[in-house]
Amino acid sequence: MKTLYDKIWDRHLVHAEVGKPSLLYIDLHLIHEVTSPQAFEGLRLAGRKLRRPDLTFGTIDHAIPTVNRNLPFKDPIAAQQVATLRENCREFGVKLYDLDRIEQGIIHVFGPEQGLTHPGMTIVCGDSHTSTHGAFGALAFGIGTSEVEHVFATQCLQQDRAKNFRINVEGELPFGVTSKDIILGIINEIGANGGVGHVIEYAGSTIRDLSMEGRMTVCNMSIEGGAKAGLIAPDDTTFEYVSGKPFAPKGEDWERAVANWKTLTTDDGSHFDKIVDIDAAALEPFVTWGTSPDMSVKVSDNVPDLSHARDENEVRSFERMYQYMGLEPSQPIDKINIDRAFIGSCTNSRIEDLRDAAKVVKGYNISNRVNAMVVPGSMQIKRQAEEEGLARIFIDAGFEWRDAGCSMCLAMNEDILQPGERCASTSNRNFEGRQGRGGRTHLVSPIMAAAAAITGHFVDVRNWKFKD
Amino acid sequence: MDKFETIKGLVAPLFQANIDTDQIIPKQFLTRIERTGYGAFLFNDWRLNSDGSPKPNFVLNDQRYAGASILVAGANFGCGSSREHAPWSLLDYGFRVVIAPSFGDIFFNNSLKNGLLPVRLDEKIVNRLVEDTQTIDGYSLTIDLENKTVADASGVIATFEIDEFRRYCLLNGLDDIGLTLQHEEKITAFESKAGR
Repeated sequence: MKTLYDKIWDRHLVHAEVGKPSLLYIDLHLIHEVTSPQAFEGLRLAGRKLRRPDLTFGTIDHAIPTVNRNLPFKDPIAAQQVATLRENCREFGVKLYDLDRIEQGIIHVFGPEQGLTHPGMTIVCGDSHTSTHGAFGALAFGIGTSEVEHVFATQCLQQDRAKNFRINVEGELPFGVTSKDIILGIINEIGANGGVGHVIEYAGSTIRDLSMEGRMTVCNMSIEGGAKAGLIAPDDTTFEYVSGKPFAPKGEDWERAVANWKTLTTDDGSHFDKIVDIDAAALEPFVTWGTSPDMSVKVSDNVPDLSHARDENEVRSFERMYQYMGLEPSQPIDKINIDRAFIGSCTNSRIEDLRDAAKVVKGYNISNRVNAMVVPGSMQIKRQAEEEGLARIFIDAGFEWRDAGCSMCLAMNEDILQPGERCASTSNRNFEGRQGRGGRTHLVSPIMAAAAAITGHFVDVRNWKFKD
Repeated sequence: MDKFETIKGLVAPLFQANIDTDQIIPKQFLTRIERTGYGAFLFNDWRLNSDGSPKPNFVLNDQRYAGASILVAGANFGCGSSREHAPWSLLDYGFRVVIAPSFGDIFFNNSLKNGLLPVRLDEKIVNRLVEDTQTIDGYSLTIDLENKTVADASGVIATFEIDEFRRYCLLNGLDDIGLTLQHEEKITAFESKAGR
């Protein structure tokens, strides 16, 4: 009896030896400008070649501007980094989806959208949110630059087997509660290090009922719970999403692939080192209040007071967070005013996210004290949203409508919070300074961010008056 | 990678849980394409004011800890982003060892690949170490990777677990890629069998 994780592991085992890490084959290597230059340089210095350029794909996302991308970058160092990626891809024969391509986008939006992500694959990228691809039943995880170089040179990684962690989410999601709230609720439950050393398999009826976009949102933030990776067993929803994508198998290959993918489920009675059950009916929209992704509360709750801290160390963390976030203990969440709203990132920038947010926005204007922007996950999504009329809704309401990129999720470009600014953000990390030095990030779902942009403070989107 | 020798050095405490790699090295320094020179940016937003002057209250600006080569931190140190710039900046600043109750997986891995030793110790011992760095002037530790021990002036105070293979690689400064390439034939065989 094997878990899904064990099955994928076993199918990629190149070499195993007692007392040493195993050698695991990597099916797909995604690269971007920030974590690859030193790896390419390492190859060059050692006189090694890139073993499988045909399994390596690049795009540009982290440090690029989301306006005027055709003009020279304002930041000469970022410009040099992008130029370096272009040169490296040319020299080593890697296919690069550059800024002039419709396919360009955030690497974890791009891969699935192009059909590069298949169930059962092993996928790595020098980016911790590689866990996103686990939504397809692929074993996908982030690696550092040394490992990027290792994969370049060998198409393998030295790995130790992780533990199995199952999270069952059962029941129907209440209205206004989204996949983002599922994962924020899970992280709240297990803690920011609850998944360390584990691969999480998300299962249960709620997960089954999610779209691929929703599943990607859940798996994306596995790393925020400390997990090595997140996995969801592939099913018809998965196959339907992959089908017809540019790099999806075609014809007979497709039939063979699907037959194989259908075997990618956890066998009944498999052993899990850890199991957590979540009741979907008890979930609400979540809002983070602190500077760690597990520091969240339900929208109907208040900022926790010190009586909620588990120990003395946590008392000190809470005190530090109140101060950094400019919040008072027991302050109601819907009394928190925001200055900025950011809808985007590899967590929540897909077409479904934009459709949901647009429904909330339709017929409203954003608050005059809020600066809000929508940054689609790829240029393809941008175009689709324009064709569907979503862009018009956002623009008419006062949102800025940007080009694809990581943007203010990590603020490596000029999309950045000013000190003290407070942001309702659909991204994945509320760390100190993540969106700009002194910036205050509250993680929420796209519909919660949209509603906050309109009212100027957090509101319970379950009570939203939709204008059709 | 250089061989990891026994490290004896001054200990600095940075005792918070969940110190993420965004704090260790903020994103504005990730656009560089080099592997070196990141020490100047270590804990930038905590250590330095916007004008570049040191923040007097930050522990690494305290003269007592100047030149520390061992950092003691709270649980889940190095969580978050996969940026290898985090161990690069710690090493470049002068740290060779980080002691914490637990680490983010990717950071842990990245550290080993660069000769920065992450030592997992029980939270109670970490709490005690933090206290000692605050009460004993010039509190130093000796980290012996060969024997997996942590010792202070009073003798060995803890032993730590580390994967034997990783320990061997660190002690001998071995190149991971070189080791994997010894299995070249197996990789090729796997590729042809699996149709890749």
